[in-house]
Amino acid sequence: MEWLQFLVDHRGEVFRLTAEHIGLVGLATIGAMAIGIPAGVFLHRRPRWRVPVLGFVNVVQTVPSLALFGILIPLPLIGGIGARTALIALVLYALLPVVTNTAAGLAGVDPKVREAAVAMGMTNRQLLWKVEFPLALGVILTGVRVATVIGVGLATIAAAIGAGGLGVFIFRGLAMLDSRLILAGAIPAAAMALAADFLLGLVERRFGVRHA
Amino acid sequence: MNPAVEFRDVSFQHGPGRPTLSSISFVLPVGETLALIGRSGSGKTTVLKLINRLFEPTTGIVYVEGKATTGWDPIRLRRRIGYVLQEVGLLPHLTVAENVGLVPRLEGWEPVRTEQRVRELLTLVGLDPDRFARRYPHELSGGQRQRVGVARAVAADPPLVLMDEPFGALDPITRAELQQEFKELQMQLKKTLVIVTHDVPEACLLGTRIGLIQEGRLVECLPPAEFLRSTHPEVLAVLRTLSSTLT
Repeated sequence: MEWLQFLVDHRGEVFRLTAEHIGLVGLATIGAMAIGIPAGVFLHRRPRWRVPVLGFVNVVQTVPSLALFGILIPLPLIGGIGARTALIALVLYALLPVVTNTAAGLAGVDPKVREAAVAMGMTNRQLLWKVEFPLALGVILTGVRVATVIGVGLATIAAAIGAGGLGVFIFRGLAMLDSRLILAGAIPAAAMALAADFLLGLVERRFGVRHA
Repeated sequence: MNPAVEFRDVSFQHGPGRPTLSSISFVLPVGETLALIGRSGSGKTTVLKLINRLFEPTTGIVYVEGKATTGWDPIRLRRRIGYVLQEVGLLPHLTVAENVGLVPRLEGWEPVRTEQRVRELLTLVGLDPDRFARRYPHELSGGQRQRVGVARAVAADPPLVLMDEPFGALDPITRAELQQEFKELQMQLKKTLVIVTHDVPEACLLGTRIGLIQEGRLVECLPPAEFLRSTHPEVLAVLRTLSSTLT
């Protein structure tokens, strides 16, 4: 349990890096929701765009994470070294589960329910906000949870381009062949992923609709 | 006064190989109840959906209150028409009270007035508001859901109500009870009704005229007494099934 002793001895740095890590993942998830949920709604309304948009987010997902960070660095405006570039990469990775779950959640609304809502004289906007969106919320939140958990893991790699976070310990440990350091980064990150999964699972159960 | 609904030579083609209606004409005066019967897939539900403009006729014109449905703003039209589906039509994420009060709220009624109306209607359909208002649809039995569906359809006091096999998913005893209660309700509410059903006794009980649809055509449209005397082969086929189940 030497890594534990290390964490206690270096608690100042541990807190700072943990806070950075949470910040990176939190901002990336919010960014992915801000882009991904409207995109999912758009795909639901215009199915013609489904293939190209989902194709794009799928392709992003297949790029190895270290390579994606590398690809972004030389780009003007969004590239460079640091947290901003890492954030963009993390948002891109988080998009897939959010977009696909939003589109799938909306598509999964019982057509009979939708028809009843239309027959009662709901406008398209009312149908979306009062019926489709609330009914899809559980599935959408599942996507957000998956995106967050993936993000916690991926954000450790962000340290490679100077974005900070718990990956700093891991990369330092790898460079120094010091397993204490690697574990001091990896174990808190894993704990964070589990905690995020658990907490967002609670949110999901609170807001998801229980169907009969 | 304009008839509540009039079909003038209406045909509808849903797409190649899909259910179609051909040259349907009938007039439904205000306050009457048209019961549509026919085999599965004959096009009964399509007739309902042409009335609230979920579908538009391929040829011919559907008039509601003397005005072609294509000339109505679809949202306004639908809010003047109550619609009852088989139990699935309730919104699963809303409580009973929210479901019943949906159209009044869409119409911008004061919350107090909506709440009052909801209590009044739940009582009318035999559900104690204090017990049921805050339940969700999945916490109700099939019969209770159906009562909520009826209450919701008439909540904003629409002059016309469409019902698609409203009692179809219920057990025979509950169905018979609800039909009888609905018959009494119908006398109080004095609405124009179009009801789709598989059940000939139900059609005779509730309908002031019975329309029989066969392969997209309205082959007979008569008051119950005359309908039962009709010699049209499809009517005879329907009545034969009826007598064979009774004997």
